[in-house]
Amino acid sequence: MDRGVMNIDKDLVAAMATPLVLAILVEGTSYGYAILKRVRELSGGDLEWTDGMLYPLLHRLERMGCIRAEWGVSPEGRRRRYYKITEVGRAQLAEQRRQWDTATRTLGGLWEMAVPVAGA
Amino acid sequence: MDSVEHQIDQWRAAVLRGRAVDGGDADELEGHLREQIEELESAGLSGDEAFLIAVKRLGEVDLITAEFAREHSDRLWKQLVMSHPDESGQQAVLTMLGFALVTAVLIQVARLLAQVPGSSSAWFLRDLSLFVLPVLATFFAVVRRMPLRPAVSLVGAVAVLAVAVNVFPFPPGSSTDLLVAIHLPFALWFVVGVAYVGGDVRSAARRMDFIRFTGEWAIYYALIALGGAVLLGLTSLVLTPIAPDAIPEVMTWVVPSGAAGAVVVAAWLVEEKKSVIENLAPVLTAIFTPLFAVMLLVSAIGYLAAGVGRDFDRDLLTVFDVLLLVVLGLVVYGISARDTNRPAGLMDVLRLVAVIAAVVLDILVLGSMLARVGEFGFTANRVAALGLNVVLLVNLVMTAWLIARLLAAKASAVRLERWQTGYLPVFAGWVLVVVLVVPPLFGFA
Repeated sequence: MDRGVMNIDKDLVAAMATPLVLAILVEGTSYGYAILKRVRELSGGDLEWTDGMLYPLLHRLERMGCIRAEWGVSPEGRRRRYYKITEVGRAQLAEQRRQWDTATRTLGGLWEMAVPVAGA
Repeated sequence: MDSVEHQIDQWRAAVLRGRAVDGGDADELEGHLREQIEELESAGLSGDEAFLIAVKRLGEVDLITAEFAREHSDRLWKQLVMSHPDESGQQAVLTMLGFALVTAVLIQVARLLAQVPGSSSAWFLRDLSLFVLPVLATFFAVVRRMPLRPAVSLVGAVAVLAVAVNVFPFPPGSSTDLLVAIHLPFALWFVVGVAYVGGDVRSAARRMDFIRFTGEWAIYYALIALGGAVLLGLTSLVLTPIAPDAIPEVMTWVVPSGAAGAVVVAAWLVEEKKSVIENLAPVLTAIFTPLFAVMLLVSAIGYLAAGVGRDFDRDLLTVFDVLLLVVLGLVVYGISARDTNRPAGLMDVLRLVAVIAAVVLDILVLGSMLARVGEFGFTANRVAALGLNVVLLVNLVMTAWLIARLLAAKASAVRLERWQTGYLPVFAGWVLVVVLVVPPLFGFA
């Protein structure tokens, strides 16, 4: 596949951001850089994020009580902020999942019949 | 490597420049940048190349800080400079002084008109706020360059209020007249609020700014009033030996004008000196929240022990209304000064104690009032007091619930902020009812 050329629509990336971050944090406590590396890994590099935008999103989720932040120290001795999902966050993720399921199910019915995959 | 360090320093300074990003956020972003650089270097890139790519991945500094600013509008509170960039500081001061002078003069003109022999001066006290607060609203409308349409509707609202309270045929000394005199300033304060947010009344963040502004304005005004009282006291002491007769004369000129002008000056100070008072707000709430919590708790227990049926007389009811308003003000101001990201702490526990005690007291007051209404029927005063207590009770109960949820980590402080900002129209609506509906309803008695 032609890596890096596929640009996922900006609005779609924005919509995915919250469930993606929350789902990554369900795997365990993490920090900004590691979260982004995981996003790249999961999307096989297709999902390009402007790294800096992750942080305001993390702060918003923290403010909404979905995640909790704590300062810790990286192995190199630098100050590092670690993020952990909360119960509110888990509930939020479950709700997001329900919505995404509906969205993909709705589209899924149509994909098969009418819309060919580009380049397939 | 040195040049990379230097570049990182410069990049960090650029990120911090907008002040929407605080030191901790900058540390976080810098940590990200450094890890990215290290990873790229270990893939064989030179330090400079790695830096360039890492910075590019993080995104344009302007975009990041803009996003931070959107997320942390409270941090920008101290940055909201009122004067337009093209306006020099001196010009802003002159504008402020101009408006302060206008209201000072208006008060004197009204005072002299009220003294014209043969005319009734009953309107003077009732209209007092009309000579001051619309001027303050205009001041904000001007410096915020408020769009024409909301500005016109504000003028309309003030005109309706002004005409209504002056065509109402209040007999001398009627209680509806007094009610209007008390409530009109609050109605006009909401007009100031609309001007303060530049007509952007839907925005919860801007409403919160206005709540902060109100608290800080009250503090500045109190400080100016204290200073003014010292000045006047010393003046009268100095003048007594040489011109004892001049003192009352000086006071009648200086006090009303000073009090009116200070309204504008205090508002300007809030805007100019935000970072000064911002450090004061948490201190003040830290001192007074525990004290009020204790005082309310003791009173609530005391009144409960003394018996719920105990009659509150009218003066005591007024005291309680003021007390509940002060508590609510303290709680809301405390919330506005609270960092929404901080987890709940001791101060929130104290706040909860204060609010619950206030709810208990409010229910006692309401019970006593309803008994009074049942016995003697409705009067304008009772309707006004009853309405205010119900409006307060609803707010306090919900506030207690949200603080409890905050303490249980089930809800964030933002919910509490939303509730308070969302409730402002209820207060405004009730005040309007008392000013415009209650007097005719009770035949201006």
